[in-house]
Amino acid sequence: MEKVLEISDLHVSFKTYGGEVKAVRGVTFDLYKGEILAIVGESGCGKSVTAQSIMRLIPSPPGRITSGSVLFKGMDLTRLKEPKLRKIRGADISMIFQDPMTALNPTLTIGEQIIEGIMQHKPVTRQQAKKTALDMLDLVGIPNPLERLKHFPHQFSGGMRQRIVIAMALVCQPEVLIADEPTTALDVTIQAQILDLFKEIQKKTGVSIILITHDLGVVAQVANRVVVMYAGKIVEAGSRREIFYRPQHPYTKGLLNSVPRLDLEESELVPIAGSPPDLFSPPAGCPFVARCAYAMEVCDRAYPDKTHLSKEHHVDCWLQDERAIKMRVHVR
Amino acid sequence: MTAYIIKRLIAMLVTLWLIITLTFFLMHSVPGSPFNEERATNETVQKNLEKFYHLDKPLIVQYGLYLKSVVTFDFGPSIKKSSQTVNDMLGRGFPVSFELGIVTLLVAVISGITLGMIAALRHNGIIDYAAMTIAVLGISIPNFVMATLLIQQVAVNWGILPVATWVSPKHMILPTLALATGPMAIIARLTRSSMLEVLTQDYIRTAKAKGLSPVKIVFKHALRNALLPVVTVLGSLAASILTGTFVIEKIFAIPGMGKYFVESINQRDYPVIMGTTVFYSAILIMLLFLVDIAYGILDPRIKLHKKEGS
Repeated sequence: MEKVLEISDLHVSFKTYGGEVKAVRGVTFDLYKGEILAIVGESGCGKSVTAQSIMRLIPSPPGRITSGSVLFKGMDLTRLKEPKLRKIRGADISMIFQDPMTALNPTLTIGEQIIEGIMQHKPVTRQQAKKTALDMLDLVGIPNPLERLKHFPHQFSGGMRQRIVIAMALVCQPEVLIADEPTTALDVTIQAQILDLFKEIQKKTGVSIILITHDLGVVAQVANRVVVMYAGKIVEAGSRREIFYRPQHPYTKGLLNSVPRLDLEESELVPIAGSPPDLFSPPAGCPFVARCAYAMEVCDRAYPDKTHLSKEHHVDCWLQDERAIKMRVHVR
Repeated sequence: MTAYIIKRLIAMLVTLWLIITLTFFLMHSVPGSPFNEERATNETVQKNLEKFYHLDKPLIVQYGLYLKSVVTFDFGPSIKKSSQTVNDMLGRGFPVSFELGIVTLLVAVISGITLGMIAALRHNGIIDYAAMTIAVLGISIPNFVMATLLIQQVAVNWGILPVATWVSPKHMILPTLALATGPMAIIARLTRSSMLEVLTQDYIRTAKAKGLSPVKIVFKHALRNALLPVVTVLGSLAASILTGTFVIEKIFAIPGMGKYFVESINQRDYPVIMGTTVFYSAILIMLLFLVDIAYGILDPRIKLHKKEGS
């Protein structure tokens, strides 16, 4: 499979009055053509920062990509000059943000906001751009698009607005679509519709999607591959099947155990005790050690190496290290 | 929209009527009369004068007569300067005051917004600190102090610009500067803070993610939203400029309305007091109305007519 995006050893820090927060600490993953890759993890684990760093959209200052690279078509996006990067933003790589209520400019019509994106990247007339906008609104399921183009964001419901945001991101036929928690701000029925829309668009346009979410239900519905992040690192990655049926990192298991299931009693829901470590001074060893039921002495002292369990499935955990005593962690 | 404008116009007329009434009775409650002079006037002459100006009639009748004349836009003759009518004075003074006011407002708005924008875009940089220092100075120094300082330095010490009067565009520079610094500083500070807030909004990030250039992001997406609070204060700023012109006109010997206004109060020149007050109020009410309309145009979320459904 063809790689469209190669992210290697990405480090991102934020300078604050309290010190430097190392939000992303050496993230490496590839995005293949036409796949939906999910990045999961609890709040504050660096998912969104990773996503925004790909297009260098983190507010800077205080944010800064300290090292690593993001390769796209042979270009390193972390080092690209700003004007060149602007040609890629919105055209080759697009982004959808979490809250559709605030992601649109309240004082411009949605037509204007969609058309300006097209005109920015394509040598087309306003009329042609409008035509594209209409087609796109139709694709994302906005009824009566011609009329709706003239409306302002406040005249749409949340779900409709997210459809518009998606349409806006797709107008230039990007190769990569980064969706940062696109369904979190929506209610459940709308969530399902938007996820279906993602799948449909992926099939129709062949776009590669990075889907950031903390909702494993969303992952199970749409993702081909899953990357699990914790405290700014990727602790486990694999195909959806491998992550859901053979999770190897205790954190991944913890995440899976804390999802409510219809076939379980409410009391069987097991949250992960404790909270993620302070990223001002991340621990030298495994960051999960304080919350891990299987922690060993070595976990406290050194960060584990990456262990490959299959071609796609890898995990950063001492339990899976070749030198560790073979054991099986209990999964319900 | 039309219904809203008609409603507002009626409300404006009511406001104006209240102002007329209040001013009229307040004015007459102040002791003294236009004919109080150091040299005692002949009693018959005084009686005749009072009769001529209807001052011998009961107050309520005078009030009725005055309302009648206001409706016909005739503010009557001046008592102290018997050869002139109030309409003459307004006709002569207003164009000058208007010129000063409009130029000042334009200078204040344009330079204030520019200064505030630059400060916001260079947030926490040297330009930001410099702009905000100027702004604080501008707010703290009253315009009459500013005027005297400018005259002393620019006109007297350097001799670049004329000291006073209102003859050529060159004469306009100092009074305009003196009058504009305060409002400019207020607008600059407001623009800066609201711009800073807008720049952190999600839709700015969306615009960035679309690949728009910083210029487009600032002017198309940020500025319009950042200007909403500025438009709100514009009405009251215009009022402060308007009243500021009294003092500035006096200092720079500008033949505007301010002169007539101040003199008329000192001399109890009733028709002139009434005429200028009513005129100023009318302009102010009109300005506030225009600000509201502008607000509705700038922000589509604000509906000027009745709510539909939800």
